[in-house]
Amino acid sequence: MSSAATLQHADVNDAHHEHHHHETFISKYVFSQDHKMIAKQFLVTGIIWAIIGGLFSVIFRFQLGYPDSTFPWLEDLLGHWAAGGKLKPEFYYALVTMHGTILVFFVLTAGLSGTFANFLIPLQVGARDMASPMLNMLSYWFFFLSSIIMFSSLFVQTGPASGGWTIYPPLSALGDASSGAKIGMDLWLVSMAMFIVSALLGGLNYITTILNMRTKGMSMTRLPLTIWSLFFTAVLGVLSFPVLLSGAILLLFDRNLGTSFFLSDIVIAGKILPNEGGSAILFQHLFWFLGHPEVYIILLPAMGMSSEIISVNSRKPIFGYMAMVGSVFAISILAFLVWAHHMFVTGLNPFLGSAFVLLTLLIAIPSAIKVFNWLTTLWRANIRFTPGMLFAIGFVSLFISGGLTGIFLGNSALDLHLHDTYFVVAHFHIVMGVASFFGMFAGVYHWFPKMFGRYLNNTLAFIHFWITIIGAYLIFWPMHYEGLAGMPRRYYDYSGWTSFNMFNGLNEFISLVAMIVFAAQLLFVFNFFYSMFRGRKVTETNPWGSNTLEWTTPIKPGHGNWPGEIPEVFRGPYDYAKDGKEFIPQNVPVGDDESKGH
Amino acid sequence: MATLAIEQRKKIHPHKFTLWVGIGSLLMMFAGLTSAYIVKRNQANWLTFDLPSFFWYSTVAIICGSFTIFLAERAYKKQEIKKYRSFILVTFILGVLFIVFQLLGFQQLWSKQVKLTGNVSYSFLYVIVSMHLAHVVGGLLALLILFAKTLGTKIKIYNPVPVELVSTYWHFVDVLWIYLLIFLIMIR
Repeated sequence: MSSAATLQHADVNDAHHEHHHHETFISKYVFSQDHKMIAKQFLVTGIIWAIIGGLFSVIFRFQLGYPDSTFPWLEDLLGHWAAGGKLKPEFYYALVTMHGTILVFFVLTAGLSGTFANFLIPLQVGARDMASPMLNMLSYWFFFLSSIIMFSSLFVQTGPASGGWTIYPPLSALGDASSGAKIGMDLWLVSMAMFIVSALLGGLNYITTILNMRTKGMSMTRLPLTIWSLFFTAVLGVLSFPVLLSGAILLLFDRNLGTSFFLSDIVIAGKILPNEGGSAILFQHLFWFLGHPEVYIILLPAMGMSSEIISVNSRKPIFGYMAMVGSVFAISILAFLVWAHHMFVTGLNPFLGSAFVLLTLLIAIPSAIKVFNWLTTLWRANIRFTPGMLFAIGFVSLFISGGLTGIFLGNSALDLHLHDTYFVVAHFHIVMGVASFFGMFAGVYHWFPKMFGRYLNNTLAFIHFWITIIGAYLIFWPMHYEGLAGMPRRYYDYSGWTSFNMFNGLNEFISLVAMIVFAAQLLFVFNFFYSMFRGRKVTETNPWGSNTLEWTTPIKPGHGNWPGEIPEVFRGPYDYAKDGKEFIPQNVPVGDDESKGH
Repeated sequence: MATLAIEQRKKIHPHKFTLWVGIGSLLMMFAGLTSAYIVKRNQANWLTFDLPSFFWYSTVAIICGSFTIFLAERAYKKQEIKKYRSFILVTFILGVLFIVFQLLGFQQLWSKQVKLTGNVSYSFLYVIVSMHLAHVVGGLLALLILFAKTLGTKIKIYNPVPVELVSTYWHFVDVLWIYLLIFLIMIR
């Protein structure tokens, strides 16, 4: 990017110069167009969803841990779905489906990207707001609408969608297939359509803001790694969500208008359906063309934030900045080329499968580069173990543990055995679910002072961290052994199989730990809301001694972010431990005698 | 300052850039639909179909619409507001004509027993064409807003961005239709 071109970025920004307009409660907190407030709206909505989604997993873990027991309080909570204190199989499937949907889309996509892309992009690239604050506001409200529809589906008489978060037809296409395939499924589809609109509006804004609204001097190679990650996340979303939408549209036609895109030769309740010529596998191709990039839509922001937080708290430049950018780019490209590794057991041509094995295993290379760079950044560093840093290191640990099992699953020969077992559950929960949660927690602990002008309580944060990291491993590590022994996922009750009876104790143990870990999350929720109003006040603008531009704003920045001119950028974001200085912010001009290192 | 002004003209407006990324996103949706079409076509139970003649009339209407919106944009930039208003109106009418011809086309198909639920190839034809139609309706709403704006108070500042945005979008739905038409003719 030429210096002349970047000059106009500042000028474009100045169009938004100084937003000191009068704001009412509604315009400031509800229909706000300030990216920081929209970020907080995404975050709070995401937290509410995380509690609901987490609670669902605790409830179905009761069934898995204690299949022969009854819990009268379950009936009080769920009514006829847990008559006699025992969860009904239909509702077990609904809970599993909604747990997946909520966590994958509402928490780890909207709650994670929506929060940090909104909050960090304008602040870190040096812009007063997003390219289109109006579209940004609409993005949140489409998400809100989608949330309301999904939430209301929990209360319909036939129950919420229950065909799995992947909504494979024919279960999802035929209303008669199960109780959860009736109105609950329709609401699921409508909600997801709204969600996709929200994700697209957000993504368009993120990409445009990063490419068009950077401040003077902020060339692409001076962008913090958070921004690079959020940029590729947005690109993945903008290119893959529309394909899911096309699949969902065809599914809607099959459900409601009698077409047969995904249906053929089906007998249901003794009745032969007229549908002919469709292919359920076709839906899987359309779904996983989104579904796999979606994994990285969830993971990349966590990677970017962890990179930033690890560098800041190691007081060292990130090791291999360009390699980090290159590896995120490579992961993003490969993300579009590996979808069929979810479909090895669908009768896929083995030769085609081999190509997907190769492409899948290639992801190990950029992933390993990233891990190597995080570890070398930590190597011999003056590490400050802040809560944010602990969670960022936790992310790296989980990414390694979960990533390695991906190499097992990426091999089609091994996958034939491991597919649809608890090995898969363990793999994706560690590498995509918990790891991304750790990235999100790292982000919240690190940027909370910038968001609210107050600190979170450290003691509660440390307790939260240790229970969560130990608990996460205790929950998911044993599942690998269950999976290797062939224990299938999605079953309501394993007690009927003598081959799986040896895992009864283990299942009970996993359920117990899951409850403890869920309780520890409530500690975080308390800390979050308590500290928002009562936490220790931030008294310095740059409490972590960070180089990026968000810390050059006032402690509580107004709409427009900087009261005066937007700072000019003179250097990259990782000038730590340079020329005897602990850190040199991006807006500090390069001195004549400064070394060229980093 | 002069250099800065020139640079500013070269610089794409953020909203226009957003539209281009959005167009990329919409293309992915149609890529998804047409890819699914190709995959399905290579499997058993696929019936071919002939496109109705009304689709050709609608093609003429939308191409003319692209031309008139180009004229509207030019008139706006010359600040010839009456001319601009007329061209926007003509583009709108051509857009409505496009939709009418498409609906008549559907009627023609229906009368030849090419029905939505008849065969999966027919279903694809209806879904793909109607998805495009929905995007044309979106463009019509935008045209309506542009037209309504010319009826209000006298324009003091001629901001070209909204007109350019609608114009780009309209060209997009035009080109998209031509692509879909060629696709549906070549791959049946």
